Amino acid sequence: MKVLLGTGGRADGFDALDRTLERTREAGDDLTVAVLETSSDEDVAAVAEGVRERVADSGVDAEVHVLEGHPGSQLVELAETGGFDRIVLGGGQRSPLGKIDLGEVAEFVLLNADVSVTLVR
Amino acid sequence: MSDRTYPDESVGTFPSPPAAFTGGEDREIRLRESGRGDVDALVEMYEGFDPADRAQGIPPIDPEAIRDWLETIVTEDSVSVVAAHEDRLVGHAILVPDRQDGYELAIFILAEYQGAGIGTELLSHLLGAGQAVGVDRVWLTVERWNDAAIALYRKIGFETASSESFELEMSIRL
Repeated sequence: MKVLLGTGGRADGFDALDRTLERTREAGDDLTVAVLETSSDEDVAAVAEGVRERVADSGVDAEVHVLEGHPGSQLVELAETGGFDRIVLGGGQRSPLGKIDLGEVAEFVLLNADVSVTLVR
Repeated sequence: MSDRTYPDESVGTFPSPPAAFTGGEDREIRLRESGRGDVDALVEMYEGFDPADRAQGIPPIDPEAIRDWLETIVTEDSVSVVAAHEDRLVGHAILVPDRQDGYELAIFILAEYQGAGIGTELLSHLLGAGQAVGVDRVWLTVERWNDAAIALYRKIGFETASSESFELEMSIRL
């Protein structure tokens, strides 16, 4: 299966990356990682470097791209044009009370993607 | 998490716990502040919670997960009020500090005790307990379709702060 993981630089993004790498290895999926510009306070290039290192350490052969611009729409567009079967995203942050808070990117992708979307918890 | 917006005006003073009132069917309901010592009784209450009333993943379902969650949120920094009927806890409301001097609110009432005015009393006294320790900004999120909860929050004085995500965010200034 051709899988597209979208990740920002936040903790849940790396957690989702690690779990997806593990799953890719088990299932023999074809993985592409898209690093998204989710916040102006994050250095996307530095995040991408961190992602490349994690991918290399895992031994999984995956391409890593930086997607500039509106993160949700860029990810959905890449999924369509690239012929991906599934989009994977981190499953949300927790509020102080422990409530799951789905971010803007997850909401946009869930509503607009025409492929299945997996949220990693 | 971006900066939250709060109403400009304070809504006035809320009553402090303890308190007692009759909550439908002549049930005597007592409200009091709660803390770490109430965690066992709270775990028991949440084990009886209707899964259909869960919101955004809380309360958890597994008893151990309920205990871990309660131990994370019921701390010296939070403000917690329970509603008891006879020997049993039937409602719980809590304010948990965020990192921007505001507090997130949640309230849970067992299904068989809903619709009896307990929510209004519990919320008012929680906000009163918060005021007593200097809490002045409170926010919450609620599912858009949960009309009963939204009506209750509005009645207390909450206003819509943001309607741009899946859940409606509401806030109040004390």
